Amino acid sequence: MVDRLTILSPTGHLGFTPIERGSFEIGVSHRPDLIVADSGSCDIGPQPLGADEHCSPEEWQRHDLELMLRAARELGVPMIVGSASDTGTDRGVNQYADIIRDLTRRLGLAPFRLAMIYSEVRRDEVARRLAAGVRVEGLDGRPDLTPDVLARTDRLVAVMGVAPLIRALDEGAEVIVTGRSSDSCIFAAPAIRAGFPEGAAYYLGKVLECASFAAEPFMGKESVLGTVTADAVTVTAMHPGQRCTVASVASHAMYERANPFFEHVAGGVLDMSRCRYEQIDERTARVTGFEFRRDAVYCIKLEGAGKIGERAVSIAGIRDPYTIKHVDAVMAWARSKVEERWGPSGARYQLYYHVYGRDGVMGPWEPVHTLAHELCIVVESVAPRFEDAEVICALGTRNLFYARLPEVKGTAGTAALMMDEVLRGKPGYEWTVNHVLPLADPLELCTVKLEVVGG
Amino acid sequence: MTTRPLVELAKTIRSKNAGVDQITFDVIFRDRESYELVKKSGALTPETVARLYGIPRERLTAFVEFDPALAIKFTIRRERPSGSPGERDVFGAQQYAPLFDLPIPVAG
Repeated sequence: MVDRLTILSPTGHLGFTPIERGSFEIGVSHRPDLIVADSGSCDIGPQPLGADEHCSPEEWQRHDLELMLRAARELGVPMIVGSASDTGTDRGVNQYADIIRDLTRRLGLAPFRLAMIYSEVRRDEVARRLAAGVRVEGLDGRPDLTPDVLARTDRLVAVMGVAPLIRALDEGAEVIVTGRSSDSCIFAAPAIRAGFPEGAAYYLGKVLECASFAAEPFMGKESVLGTVTADAVTVTAMHPGQRCTVASVASHAMYERANPFFEHVAGGVLDMSRCRYEQIDERTARVTGFEFRRDAVYCIKLEGAGKIGERAVSIAGIRDPYTIKHVDAVMAWARSKVEERWGPSGARYQLYYHVYGRDGVMGPWEPVHTLAHELCIVVESVAPRFEDAEVICALGTRNLFYARLPEVKGTAGTAALMMDEVLRGKPGYEWTVNHVLPLADPLELCTVKLEVVGG
Repeated sequence: MTTRPLVELAKTIRSKNAGVDQITFDVIFRDRESYELVKKSGALTPETVARLYGIPRERLTAFVEFDPALAIKFTIRRERPSGSPGERDVFGAQQYAPLFDLPIPVAG
């Protein structure tokens, strides 16, 4: 067994904005054992998964894949890209595999083994398990999955753990593109396969998954280099202006996580509650004391999104202080005119007023109740057909203009329309599935395919 | 008793999605004295957060004092999953502002 393994992490979300080349090349000059990056996130909302689209421009995805592929093939080390193309659907894996085949041809690279790992899950497959009495437990306070909620779901992915990646590496894969995967697992898999303890391997993944977000000062898309040994993980910033410090590494443990002490992945939990952090040189922090505990029952997370309807948006402003004071009455009037023709909101349509200048950002959580001197109202409507969403949005906006207030002075119109026009938004989707499914075999929802590319 | 607003004592005050159903808030301090001062003040607790955001205590799914990062962190369950129609903040990135003015009792 090797006594250390070093991984270069160039970005926390491949393709989302291009990787910075300077610190990446410094990282490559350290001759890492692998180059690994995640390319997906739930932060982008449910629409890309539900509609099976990517939200990152393909030009930037190609840019990042080319940087990584050239460097990995020159060094002769494996390259892993997780959660391909923002959502990790089969479409995403195929798209990235196509880009890699094309780059390989164009760059005239020597042959290598490309693995594609798919983890999209058919709705029927989950329905079958539900019908067989399998409990699909809700996360973060959600109720367990029901057939009704599943029926409203257009697309599902399983968030894979390390097992399929280890399988692909065992089969000689030199470049791996995966479907949806736990960010930390794509880093942990090669470390576990090389014989490092699971605690150290998953911690390595945890600290590297967002690249330069584990360093300070704040910079995105810069590379960091992580090294795992039998009992410690060290992480070093590659950008000359950044440092990995005890504070930056510890605070990254809590970034985007409800709890900084525990990180759940497929198959177990990384316990960071006894971690010790030390500064070992100006730009490097060292962490020890992590522990990984396997779950009694192997569970995999499912993510799913379902379409609510087509979406229309329009924008109105209010400047009259009397109208601003009575803005609730103005919106109630406009809503009543919509209800007159369409009935109460529900399955036929949804209508929302976002009142910027009052509580547009925070809604009911807003503790400040003073009104600004002008308000911007964004009117949002959703309906099964766009033509209906459009009409409802227009009705709900124009009636802000015709509001009936007893003492209004401005009797020529109670709102300023930025334009008398309704805009077409992308369809409205909802995260319908955020659940865990028990599995008998960690590989059962994943498919690993290998091919030789290049030459 | 003199008070100082939290914004003067903290280095970082931020909010961000923690998964699709929750928003997590981090209050990070530059030095141990400020961190300990706020921790011991009793001014930043699950109860004061629930009151500030006008939410029932049960909506707060975590409240953690994280010594290695000199941070106090809490998590609120959203009303609807992020990005649903009618939602206001897809990334959950602008929900922290009310914490700025939270009065922290200080000696003197």
